[in-house]
Amino acid sequence: MIDRVDHFRWMVLARVLDERLAALYRQDHIRGGSVFSGKGQEAYSAAAALSLRRWTAEKPGDYFAPLIRDSAGRLAFGEPIIDAVRTYCGKRTGPMRCRDGNVHRGNLSQGQLPMISHLGASIGVVDGLLMARRHLGTLGDSVGIASVGDGAMQAGAAHEGINVAAVERLPLILLVADNQVSYSTFSDRSYACRSLIDRAVGYGLGAHTCDGTDFDACRITVETAVAAARAGRGPQMVLATLLRLAGHGEHDDNSYIGPELRARFGDCLPLAEARLTGEGIATAAFWETAKQQVAEAVTQALAESGPDVASEDWTARSQRNLTEFRA
Amino acid sequence: MSPRQLTYMDAIRLALGDSLAADPRVFIYGQDIAGAFGGAFKATKGLAERFPGRVLNSPIAEDAMAAVAIGAALEGARPIIEFQFADFSSVAFNQIVNHAATYFWRTGRSVPAVFRLPGGGTPGGGPFHSQMPEAWLTHHPGLVVVAPSTVADAYFMLRDAVACPDPVVYIEHKGLYNHLKAEFDPPTTEHLGLGAAAVRRSGRDCTLISYSAMVHTCLEAADKLARDHHLDVEVIDLRCLRPLDTRTILESIARTSRVVMVTESWPFGGIAAEVLAVIATEAFQYLDAPPRRMCAEDTPIPYHPELYHAHHPDADRIVQTVLETVDF
Repeated sequence: MIDRVDHFRWMVLARVLDERLAALYRQDHIRGGSVFSGKGQEAYSAAAALSLRRWTAEKPGDYFAPLIRDSAGRLAFGEPIIDAVRTYCGKRTGPMRCRDGNVHRGNLSQGQLPMISHLGASIGVVDGLLMARRHLGTLGDSVGIASVGDGAMQAGAAHEGINVAAVERLPLILLVADNQVSYSTFSDRSYACRSLIDRAVGYGLGAHTCDGTDFDACRITVETAVAAARAGRGPQMVLATLLRLAGHGEHDDNSYIGPELRARFGDCLPLAEARLTGEGIATAAFWETAKQQVAEAVTQALAESGPDVASEDWTARSQRNLTEFRA
Repeated sequence: MSPRQLTYMDAIRLALGDSLAADPRVFIYGQDIAGAFGGAFKATKGLAERFPGRVLNSPIAEDAMAAVAIGAALEGARPIIEFQFADFSSVAFNQIVNHAATYFWRTGRSVPAVFRLPGGGTPGGGPFHSQMPEAWLTHHPGLVVVAPSTVADAYFMLRDAVACPDPVVYIEHKGLYNHLKAEFDPPTTEHLGLGAAAVRRSGRDCTLISYSAMVHTCLEAADKLARDHHLDVEVIDLRCLRPLDTRTILESIARTSRVVMVTESWPFGGIAAEVLAVIATEAFQYLDAPPRRMCAEDTPIPYHPELYHAHHPDADRIVQTVLETVDF
């Protein structure tokens, strides 16, 4: 079982990091592109990552394919804070070595997949990772999470990847965050079914839903779904309903989100904090610790070097010369 | 024991079976490939029975098939994906070019997956069962793209593709499947490396460059040129389209000073354009005539066999173009 105070602490860390990255964007420290915040989605994202087994030097763990809004999940699954800052600020020490940036980062030796921008594309890749484990005899009770939103759920790649997971009965957890808007397009122009969870029945997935603003509900629901996948009950879909509380990126002022929508959804962080405080748990120190950790990472990352253009290796294949290559 | 007579398709099936037998990490995933059916062209016939659980039918989901290959390769398996027709690989284009092809550059981890694409025209195939997709796929850095033309290459290049740490697009020509036969004994047959071009016929008067089935049309044209015009034409089979073995190409141009590149694909932005650009840049000083290309007509591929034949280069038109080049 995930410790709920631990859950909250990861949420706080992600919020502090996202706000600091947004400040770095305004201060022109971001190299290329924008900053993409997970504000409002921390409870769900962190719950997912904490349901997974982390990788250690000795033993591979589960797989996590995060998407744009998973800053909390990335951290909670083991991404060092500084790797996020390095990637955003264009430091060669980052995991993508300046060759890719912002949310397109990951670390395969920690089980975190680096997303591409094409939505839905990661689901089939997680299918393949799990199929290979089954083929190689290493699957055990490991699982994989593919995280998407209401936007990605409309892409053809998502349909194909989900269907393959169902046909193969893979231990995949499809984590869907319906945050009401894909960039600026509201759900009524994205899908016409009553709820995206109805699709779980159509695909043959286990179905779970939760209020994405309620951190206790997120944690219990995702843990249940992950446990079902681990127990061999096939792929599971979890749908959390929530609201994106930032623009698509920091370049976007989010002004198209009207007051009615804002009034319908709370913010998972103050809601969780009020609940914990009401139970007598002091939370102020969590914020202080997070701010200190993020400040240290930012200070260190900003002092590091950017790309070494002169020595860049412009080779896109691992095999440079194939004229003598034989099996 | 005398070497066996194998077709191009037999060689592919043999390479698949030998790859499965040699490496437990290998599995094959694709449409209609398992069970007694054994694939639309029977490339996997009998393999599902020989290797239980390692030849798996997929849904009609090319994007997911390619995505599965990427994930499986990253996890340490050696997936071979069969697309039913090369034309349908366009559905998987995103996964191949944006996911598989970018992985090594972005992360330092390569994706050892093989994508088998039955390509090329057969009369009556029409616009959506006859395409050669190499121009789109070679455009993207990060992929290896090969197109074998012989029985031995069909075998060895597939074995080499499975061993290659990078993603390999293996374009096999449907017109050669059951039509091309050769004596073939894999343990004793020597073979070139995966990325090497082959000189299929030596000559001094002009170089014909091609790949896949058009190599045979070029050889037919070269025979006619020798018989009817006393011209000694060299024929180069590129074999691997990305990376290109430019050394073999340039050495040939240095010998012949004239070149015609032949493909059954469309002209615009194709392999012929790339090869001629290399020649114009690197071998300008050797040329005695403008480099020429012969490609298919610049329209979708026609359905009717008579239109189809007119759409594609043939030996007589290759002969004519070589004569014009030699007489320049």
